[in-house]
Amino acid sequence: MTNPIATRSSTRSHAAFVSNKHMTSGTWVPGKRSDTATSGIASDPHVTYLLRVADDRLVLGHRLSEWCGHAPILEEDIALGNFALDLIGQASALLKHAGGIESKGRSEDTLAYFRDAVEYRNCLLVELPRGDFAMTLVRQFLFDAYDVLLLEGLVTSTDKTLGGIAAKAEKEARYHLRHSAEWVRMLGDGTAESHGRAQRALNDLWTYTPELFAVDDVDRAIVERGIGPDPVGLRDRWRATVQRVVSDATLTLPPDEHAATGGRTGRHTEHLGRMLSDMQSLARAHPGATW
Amino acid sequence: MAEFEARLDRGETIEPKDWMPEKYRKQLIRMMSQHAHSEIVGMLPEGNWITRAPCLRRKITLLAKVQDEAGHGLYIYCGTETLGIGREELVDQLLTGKAKYSSIFNYPTLTWADIGVIGWFVDGAAIVNQTMLAKTSYGPYARAMIRICKEENFHKRQGYEICSVLAAGTRAQRDMVQDAVNRWWWPSLMMFGPSDKDSPNSAELIRWRVKRESNDTLRQRFVDLTVPQARAINVSLPDPDLRYNAETERWHFGEIDWDEFYQVIKGNGPCNRERLAARRSAHDDGAWVRDAAAAYAHKRSAVSAA
Amino acid sequence: MTPDDGQVPGNDTQWPLWEVFTQEGEGAPHEHAGSVHAVDAEHALQNARDVYARRGKVVSIWVVPSEQIIASAPGDAGPLFDPGNDKPYRHPQFYKVPRGVRVE
Repeated sequence: MTNPIATRSSTRSHAAFVSNKHMTSGTWVPGKRSDTATSGIASDPHVTYLLRVADDRLVLGHRLSEWCGHAPILEEDIALGNFALDLIGQASALLKHAGGIESKGRSEDTLAYFRDAVEYRNCLLVELPRGDFAMTLVRQFLFDAYDVLLLEGLVTSTDKTLGGIAAKAEKEARYHLRHSAEWVRMLGDGTAESHGRAQRALNDLWTYTPELFAVDDVDRAIVERGIGPDPVGLRDRWRATVQRVVSDATLTLPPDEHAATGGRTGRHTEHLGRMLSDMQSLARAHPGATW
Repeated sequence: MAEFEARLDRGETIEPKDWMPEKYRKQLIRMMSQHAHSEIVGMLPEGNWITRAPCLRRKITLLAKVQDEAGHGLYIYCGTETLGIGREELVDQLLTGKAKYSSIFNYPTLTWADIGVIGWFVDGAAIVNQTMLAKTSYGPYARAMIRICKEENFHKRQGYEICSVLAAGTRAQRDMVQDAVNRWWWPSLMMFGPSDKDSPNSAELIRWRVKRESNDTLRQRFVDLTVPQARAINVSLPDPDLRYNAETERWHFGEIDWDEFYQVIKGNGPCNRERLAARRSAHDDGAWVRDAAAAYAHKRSAVSAA
Repeated sequence: MTPDDGQVPGNDTQWPLWEVFTQEGEGAPHEHAGSVHAVDAEHALQNARDVYARRGKVVSIWVVPSEQIIASAPGDAGPLFDPGNDKPYRHPQFYKVPRGVRVE
């Protein structure tokens, strides 16, 4: 018996029933991911895709900014702050562009501060708490290695605005990668303690990396329209970079096991909700105010 | 010594390798390191609001400002190192409570408006002080000040802009900024330090052209700049004795409660313990990271030497 | 020989000091900007870029370990530099050029 308000499942192992008064029809197809599962809010794949790219940066930038005043040495406080600025700047430009395409009058601030966690489209990797310095830098490296490839692919997007944002971001991403890769090497091949922490971080984060290269209907539409690169096509080069740096760092790549996914369709970990409640609290306390 | 003081009288700049009296060196180390510590500790009250900044533009500019402060601390630490003391030792002095930092950073940032007011008052006061220090007799300090002054102007403007937007905003925002002004005004005036007759180091620092003007002169300059700015955005300053003296063309202001100042300097301000605890954690928790980087480089140099 | 846990022998885990020189724009000279602590050259370049080139006007950075810099001693100033002061023909103002003639 089918539930008339049933929605598509977005995880491989179990169905999620979400009632949503915006849904007009739903076909329950087991195991098939679709981004209209949780809302009718962003059903244009172009907008959804832009939100995915933007949210990755906003969430990751925010996590990096949490180190401000607490980094192990002043020089690194400045470096991490620089990266946070780059990422949040990119996110702001992308959110503004997404709001423009969507044409529902949502500004970059509306999107950043007035969407709930289930409406965010970042991958799970970036929303995890910053942990210790090893966790932060290993996560950063895994993302940067992907980001450089993604942005390279976006520079030639049929969406010219996106291409322009990507061209500037690409230079920033190359620099981020240089920095984070160097830290992975320093921590992996530093002391026994740093090696242990770096390996633990890599082990804990590995399960979140496949999501960067997963493909669903949104990605298929984007590739077809020439808006962005095929995520699957990025995976081998990413892996080669990661393998090389991990070896230089005397670390070991964890085995490929379960892939934790869901962020791309709003199925986040509990961490995002807590992060957003901090981030959005002031803006939401004064809706409509100018700052 | 006579030659040293003659050089100062001629307006010459003292550089790291020049002869200098031990007292001069010590005074400079004290002053410069205190200044650097202030920049670093100052990151904390403002950093407190980065994660909650209410829009992306403010989030970005606040993060950039705090980063600048880290950079300023770094420029001055490096300048201090030219006097023959290492960064590790300087940091140790801060964390063990041997060295002081500006009293103002022991106050909490309770609302977003505090961020605006800090930029307007605290950076404003710092600019008055640093503009004077740009002509200090010690070369590395003067050069650091020039670099910092260039960057600081954006900080003050940013803070003032935040305040002016709040002062023209909703009822809640107007109350928020007035409340913040009420809490930060007097501590900002105290930033310039006690009247020079009560300040033990002032006379020597002025004789050696490290300081170029007195605390009271700088404080007056700050008040004269700031009162019209407050009026321009319809914010009142919490001083019933504030009045304009047409003869001197200066703003007369009320008595400062120096008891509060000395309590805060002694370590009894609202946030002294938290500030130091945060810096200690960052330092202690970061030890393994610093060790790792040093070990990595050591291994590399051993390999290339082999 | 390093101990097994990889720790640097002795207590010296403080990162060495490097002097930073930046070039603001093509053709400009590199000028001393300040210093940074870093463990090696690559790290120093990155830190220098983050600290001194944030505002984007810098096109090139040099880093040098501070101990590698050899400086003239202040006492040498006389013999080293004074002889130049009384040779006016090294200064452009010494030469009178007829009006209307462009020299550069």
